[in-house]
Amino acid sequence: MAAVTVEPSAAVAAARRRRPSFWAVFWLVMAALYFLVPLYSMVQFSLEVAPHRYGFHWYAQIFADPLFRSSFLLSLRLAIETMLIGLVLMVPTVYWVHLRLPKLRPVMDMVAILPFVVPPVALVVGLSGVFTVAPWLLGSSQILALVYVILALPFTYRSLDAGMRAIDVRTLTEAAQSVGAPWWKTLFFVIMPNIRTAMLGAAFLTLAIVMGEYTISSLLLFNTFAVYIYYIGNTEAYQAAALAIISFVLTWGAMMGLFFLSRRTGAAGPAGVAVTR
Amino acid sequence: MAKLELRGIRKEFGEVTALEGLSLEVGSGEFVSLLGPSGCGKTTALRIVAGFERPTGGELLVNDQDVTHVPANRRNMGMVFQAYSLFPNMTAKQNVEFGLRVRGADRAERHRRASELLELVGLSARADRYPHQLSGGQQQRVALARALAIQPAVLLLDEPLSALDAKVRVQLREEIKRIQTQLGITTLYVTHDQEEALSVSDRVVVMSEGRLEQVGVPADIYRNPRTPFVAEFVGTMNRFDGRVEGPDAVAIGSTGTRIPVLEPHGRGVGEPVLVLIRPESVGLEELPNGAAPAGGLMEATVLLHTFLGAVTRMGLESPVGTLIADLPSVRALTLSPGTRVGIRIDPSGVRLLSP
Ligand SMILES: Nc1ncnc2c1ncn2[C@@H]1O[C@H](COP(=O)(O)OP(=O)(O)OP(=O)(O)O)[C@@H](O)[C@H]1O
Ligand SMILES: [Mg+2]
Repeated sequence: MAAVTVEPSAAVAAARRRRPSFWAVFWLVMAALYFLVPLYSMVQFSLEVAPHRYGFHWYAQIFADPLFRSSFLLSLRLAIETMLIGLVLMVPTVYWVHLRLPKLRPVMDMVAILPFVVPPVALVVGLSGVFTVAPWLLGSSQILALVYVILALPFTYRSLDAGMRAIDVRTLTEAAQSVGAPWWKTLFFVIMPNIRTAMLGAAFLTLAIVMGEYTISSLLLFNTFAVYIYYIGNTEAYQAAALAIISFVLTWGAMMGLFFLSRRTGAAGPAGVAVTR
Repeated sequence: MAKLELRGIRKEFGEVTALEGLSLEVGSGEFVSLLGPSGCGKTTALRIVAGFERPTGGELLVNDQDVTHVPANRRNMGMVFQAYSLFPNMTAKQNVEFGLRVRGADRAERHRRASELLELVGLSARADRYPHQLSGGQQQRVALARALAIQPAVLLLDEPLSALDAKVRVQLREEIKRIQTQLGITTLYVTHDQEEALSVSDRVVVMSEGRLEQVGVPADIYRNPRTPFVAEFVGTMNRFDGRVEGPDAVAIGSTGTRIPVLEPHGRGVGEPVLVLIRPESVGLEELPNGAAPAGGLMEATVLLHTFLGAVTRMGLESPVGTLIADLPSVRALTLSPGTRVGIRIDPSGVRLLSP
């Protein structure tokens, strides 16, 4: 009886999978065009060496520019530092709030939005106070990583909060404790593997923010990647297009790298990942 | 093997008093159930024993050692939770091994122990499955194996079967009992299901509103409830206000119907009492057409039948009010609703309590 009722609906679902509806395809194509058309025209523009002559001339010029490499590496280094500091700071914090202080969650939600509300310019002005306390930070690009942690906080917090909400933090923790695990082993072996997707999401967003951040780094006079892009954009139109494509590819490359790295290190990954494999 | 002792355990959550001084001893290898309605403090008591909750008063002892302030991860107590609590990122085997891994047991030892336990709960073939690939019942078996892997001093279970369907529930509770007996492990089991508690426990603790109502072996709890609460919560009871008529009889209802009593109660004539009668002690006899009930019989009319399998529960309209009787189903068939019957109460099934 059960088999009889299940079969037709399964067949319908299969048919649906084979032939997606017209409107689904329509909107998918529209969305794709929205992104692909500018990208395509930019690629075309960046390849135009002279009218109707195409080549990688502008790309070669960018790669030959020592400023390109130094600014990209600086931003990449800052992104990785920001990611690590953010996760090391926020994973235990969010875990603790979920476990012991669930009543504090609305407060955390509020605090996490603050960096959104405070304009970057105000943030930079506020930083002058930091320099009087820790003058050795002045002139070091390290200061940027610290500021970016704050900038990325809303994304890191929200991502981790959603990840922990999706698992039963309390029961899992208690189950681990009852068989003898101290809190840090619980966090490391039980909680973190189960919020890997959330941690990855936080890392991606941080990467995207740091690679594109312009206001603060230019106000503090650091040549980050975004500052370099802005500079090229104001001076060389063709090189700017080539640079935009390069930054697009590099940022995606970094994200893919992060993705595969996280997959490899977490061999016993969460259930969702195990299934798709 | 360990003895567990709760001494005057209290717990307040702000204004709410969850436990009002709970004292209980669980002997080595004993299976004790905490039974009571929702919100009576069963889970709180178990969580205090496990170390997840700090009592606001009282002491907890394991083998006469005070462990009240020992953190949960050093108490060596295995716990099975109500909700599925397996680590989703680990296979069944890795779940079972986890406790040994955090203790630094070597690989061979871990493997041996995990295989042994998965065998014990009948899941050797599913060792490499992830929790989401297992049924609810199988997940709880793995949870049991995980709790047992560390050779805990005490095994704690908080309504481990409540999320399972009826058939699996009965099957698994018998299995838990078999494994508990086989390992001889001291066990504290929380449930709100009286049938579950009565069927698997060595002793049952009935709780109500943070207090202990009665402790005893299942048969004693069922046959000799010591408070009205226990009488009503465990099984079904007919309950009447009555008055003592003598050493072997009470009168109930406005009609003063006489009910014979066997148990020596030592109460004076005229004293008010609560009269409790189990449905299986209410006997029915068919009355010949129009005949009045003979000596010792009370007249009643059959109201409705509830078929329960081997027995049928009958609702009766009698001069003392509505009465419930359990009859073998074959007999109940002959007494359709509307039939006039005579009621004979078995005096050995009548209990008296002070109101
Ligand atoms: N963390 C908490 N904060 C405040 N009150 C609590 C907390 N935990 C339990 N309580 C209260 O303590 C009382 C006992 O709760 P407990 O969970 O022990 O009941 P229970 O017997 O396990 O019930 P159930 O059968 O529904 O699981 C309830 O009134 C409950 O509301
Ligand atoms: Mg409970």
